[in-house]
Amino acid sequence: MSDLLKNIIRLILFIVVQVYVLNKVPHLHRFIVPYIYFLFILWLPFSVSRLGLLITGFVTGLTLDYFTHSPGLHAAACVLIAYARPFVISVLIPKDTTEFNYREPSPRAMGFAPYMIYAFFLTFLHHSYMVLLQWLQFGAFLDMVIKIFATTGISMLLIITVELLFPRKVRFRTNAA
Amino acid sequence: MRNIFLFIRQHFTLLAFLVLQFFALWMLFKFNRHHRVTFLGVASEVTGNVNKQVDKIDDYFNQGEENRRVHKMNDSLLNLLRSNFIFPDTSRQLVTDTMMIDTVRGVRRYSWMPAKVVYNTVNFEKNYMQLDRGASQGVKDNMAVLNSDGTVLGVVVNVSPNFSQVMSLLHVQNSVSASLKKTGESGNITWDGRDPRFLYMKGIPKNVQVKVGDTVVTSQHSYNYPPRKIIGRVAGLGTDPSTGFYLLKVRTAVNFTNVQQVFVVENLHRDEQVQLEADTEKKIEQQKRPGR
Repeated sequence: MSDLLKNIIRLILFIVVQVYVLNKVPHLHRFIVPYIYFLFILWLPFSVSRLGLLITGFVTGLTLDYFTHSPGLHAAACVLIAYARPFVISVLIPKDTTEFNYREPSPRAMGFAPYMIYAFFLTFLHHSYMVLLQWLQFGAFLDMVIKIFATTGISMLLIITVELLFPRKVRFRTNAA
Repeated sequence: MRNIFLFIRQHFTLLAFLVLQFFALWMLFKFNRHHRVTFLGVASEVTGNVNKQVDKIDDYFNQGEENRRVHKMNDSLLNLLRSNFIFPDTSRQLVTDTMMIDTVRGVRRYSWMPAKVVYNTVNFEKNYMQLDRGASQGVKDNMAVLNSDGTVLGVVVNVSPNFSQVMSLLHVQNSVSASLKKTGESGNITWDGRDPRFLYMKGIPKNVQVKVGDTVVTSQHSYNYPPRKIIGRVAGLGTDPSTGFYLLKVRTAVNFTNVQQVFVVENLHRDEQVQLEADTEKKIEQQKRPGR
């Protein structure tokens, strides 16, 4: 399966899970809204150009926005993490690129700890920006801070669960492809 | 000139990032003010069709509760049937004067139509519902949405040809004019974005006798909602520190997690009422002008 097709299917799955499962879970607590869809951006292959990342992020966010009737909210947050992603990756993966020939970020490609740092940082960035935008329209400052940490915690829990349940097959970049 | 192009090429990613950010934020703030944004009509047609399919499965989980509500509603309507009553001698029958038109029938003020909720959330601070009826079925902005048992759900804020979006009572920008059923005092219902089971009612003076369990209904003065439809019941009494009035905690009559079949209610006199209010304001303004 080509990367493009695979990622389109992935996007659809992530959006469906987010919109029809996670957004509809019975109310747990006012600070807790489970988010997982942005993992799609974290999973995009290393080979995607920076401009490609930005546009993919925007489209991902906007798709969710149109489902949740909040045009621009998730799009803004997704564009931000898509922009930050290459910087985080360049800090976390080994400098010696001849050794490094994995296709996309995964615990096995980057090592468990660096991958978790990568996921945590981008999750935190996504939620901080999104909650900040919500706070500009409504809410108290302390609520906002608690909400950022609570949603980040839930998202990390979901990300770890997904990584354990669906370990992606590590595919090497080869000359043949 | 050459330098500008060089600059653009050098910082192309950053510029693309800023442009996309700006576009997203522009959409967000525009939507918050007007509930309208580019492509929203097209988008809600698409999301509506997907939601409609998923909702077919979703329905099975709420069917029992829905049946109970409809059955209760039917019960209350059956109780109103003429055959349940013994009427007095026809010579002493009460005649209602409808004032405006001299016929046997009254003047219709509210028109009801059925609709189906295809998407609904309770987890956010701004919750919207999507209904499977839109402009081509006669849904317009500002129409009230009531649950299958006649309790209040929200108000239509945007329509596309076949779907419409409803601002649920669980929306922090939502404000409904409400009154206490027993005493008739009116106030305002809002939501603080925290617990989807409770709304807050403001504007009831302290000298009014309020008890826990009192029913809160829509007020007679609302343009959007038909009067005396149940919103909820008082669950706690507090004081609003800024005004010294009551801050009533109201438990919603609707369980927002399992709404299914709803009514969309149009106030047929709304335009007239809004027009009258605007005209009155204009008139008063003119009278206040000095030199007259």
